[in-house]
Amino acid sequence: MTTRSIPDRLQSPLERSLKSWESLLLLVAIGIFVANSFASPYFLNAWNLSDATFNFTEKAMIAFAMALLIISGEIDLSVAAIIALASTAMGAAAQVGVGTEGLVLIGLAVGLACGAFNGFLVTGLGLPSIVVTIGTMSLFRGISFIILGDQAYRGYPPEFAYFGQGYVWWVISFEFVLFAVIAVIYAVLLHMTNFGRAVYAIGNNATGALFSGIRVGRVKFTLFLLTGLMSGVAAICLTSRLGSTRPSIATGWELEIVTMVVLGGVNILGGAGSVPGVVIAAFVMGLVTFGLGLLNVPGIVMSIVIGLLLIGVIALPRLWSIWKVR
Amino acid sequence: MKKLLASREILLLVAIGVLLAIISLRFPAFVAPANLLVVFNDTSPLILLAIGQMIVILTKCIDLSVAANLALTGMVVSLVNIMAPGLPVLFIIIIAIGFGTLLGMINGLLVWKLAIPPIVVTLGTMTIFRGTIFLLTKGKWVNSHEMSDAFKAVPRTDVLGLPILSWIAIAAVIIFSIMMTRTPLGRAFYAAGGNPHAATYAGINVGKTQFWAFTISGAIAGLTGYLWVSRFAVAYVDVAGGFELTVVAACVIGGVSIMGGIGTVYGALLGALFLGIIANALPVVNISPFWQMAISGGAIIVAVVLNAQANRTKGRIILKRAEHAT
Repeated sequence: MTTRSIPDRLQSPLERSLKSWESLLLLVAIGIFVANSFASPYFLNAWNLSDATFNFTEKAMIAFAMALLIISGEIDLSVAAIIALASTAMGAAAQVGVGTEGLVLIGLAVGLACGAFNGFLVTGLGLPSIVVTIGTMSLFRGISFIILGDQAYRGYPPEFAYFGQGYVWWVISFEFVLFAVIAVIYAVLLHMTNFGRAVYAIGNNATGALFSGIRVGRVKFTLFLLTGLMSGVAAICLTSRLGSTRPSIATGWELEIVTMVVLGGVNILGGAGSVPGVVIAAFVMGLVTFGLGLLNVPGIVMSIVIGLLLIGVIALPRLWSIWKVR
Repeated sequence: MKKLLASREILLLVAIGVLLAIISLRFPAFVAPANLLVVFNDTSPLILLAIGQMIVILTKCIDLSVAANLALTGMVVSLVNIMAPGLPVLFIIIIAIGFGTLLGMINGLLVWKLAIPPIVVTLGTMTIFRGTIFLLTKGKWVNSHEMSDAFKAVPRTDVLGLPILSWIAIAAVIIFSIMMTRTPLGRAFYAAGGNPHAATYAGINVGKTQFWAFTISGAIAGLTGYLWVSRFAVAYVDVAGGFELTVVAACVIGGVSIMGGIGTVYGALLGALFLGIIANALPVVNISPFWQMAISGGAIIVAVVLNAQANRTKGRIILKRAEHAT
């Protein structure tokens, strides 16, 4: 006789949050932090840690919008290409002497326009987002290649450097503050507004959501707009930090951003996930790449680690449940 | 007759004819039979990969790791060739197909046994495969002089006026068009993607069918890996970088529906030829090769829009807006 324990009362809220994906991830993050500080003597240094945040702040900004998009059951693989196009547009404008405010506006506008284009193709024409954004991914970056070829734009105005290189206070960079502000905005948007509830509803059952009066198309279009906008913001930060634009800028970021979102506990099939999870996942990925960097591990090996993480975080719980059934 | 005219393959054939006619107005030499054979030979790797990708897409999956599989297998056989220069090329080809099959099986098992979304699996394995090349070689190249003459000669050897590379592509088109239309497994691919529930009730194991699709795609990628590396007589980490998108583009242009269940070998062949002709014509027409990426991106989007229009008229739409929601 096998006995199956049936809980005689509900889990307490404290117990439930302790057993959640987010707290597990937080443990991993702390573990990596401790391991790193033993592995390298250079790790526990305020300036080094501050530098490490640049590994994830720009990607995480996009990851928040991407998390909402994936929760709603869509995906945008063109984000890195939008960065390239927005950066190219800003570079071209800087060549003809547009000032910092103008460059920021152009970066945001290009991001929004690209997001609107994706959103129109997916919600207006009813096309699958995976193929659409694979297409726009090569279209957007392709336009950058047409404009720039093997050249690069430099010569941004000196004030423009603040977004990627400026510090608000001591070691706290402007980018980190922006990252934190955006995280709070998205956490409120997803977890405390009607819009956020609609995103979950659409991800769980789009038809059901439509029949309960949610404008599914409009919500999804807004999410594509937001993803484009955040790509524009990330483009401004990255361009400002690098001080130059090549058409190959931010290559492969779409993969890292999707990994960050999935690692943060967002269900890739839609319907579940949280912003705090993505925040912790951003720190985990930033700490891993920074720690490996201190140990002189080349970038391509880090990408193996990212790839294994991506498959591992989804595979392990499923392997666990298969094993438990037996 | 009307059905024949409306078929995707005929439309595409006409489009290719028009494309060739436009090019021939300015550059008659381009459409000379000898040059067209060169173009076909040049497109052969794309044709091979597009056939494999088509089978995967038929089952509602996508394989983004084909180019990385190609590069890794190419590197493995090059290293085998360095270690054992006397090994007959037949064994090299068997190793290439076997190793590619193994990589494809990894994708297939993750999709089948763990039910991880294919796009996540193959995004992950894509970076892992590429990273593994770096781990194998420490980033070094295998150059022409390190490869044995027999190793390099095979794809270029002429048989009856055509290089072996072209013959392999022709053989693949014939074999797979027979397999897809005349064997139980071939029909199972259509069934598993066209209506997974009905397929399950008809006794088809959908997961297993997807596993075989990834296995076939892997085997083809492995074989193409050897052909690619020996044809260009060089192997390095970034061989065929980004080529997976071109392969998906060829399928989508060839009328393969990304939602699964729709597509033919001839469609994939024509889609690949369409892109191959553009790639070969660009330098002739004196357009910078930097246009290539944007053109294939644009072609993907146009093709997806056309596919959606063609497949929309099936059945009566009762709730028009609900259609868009899903």
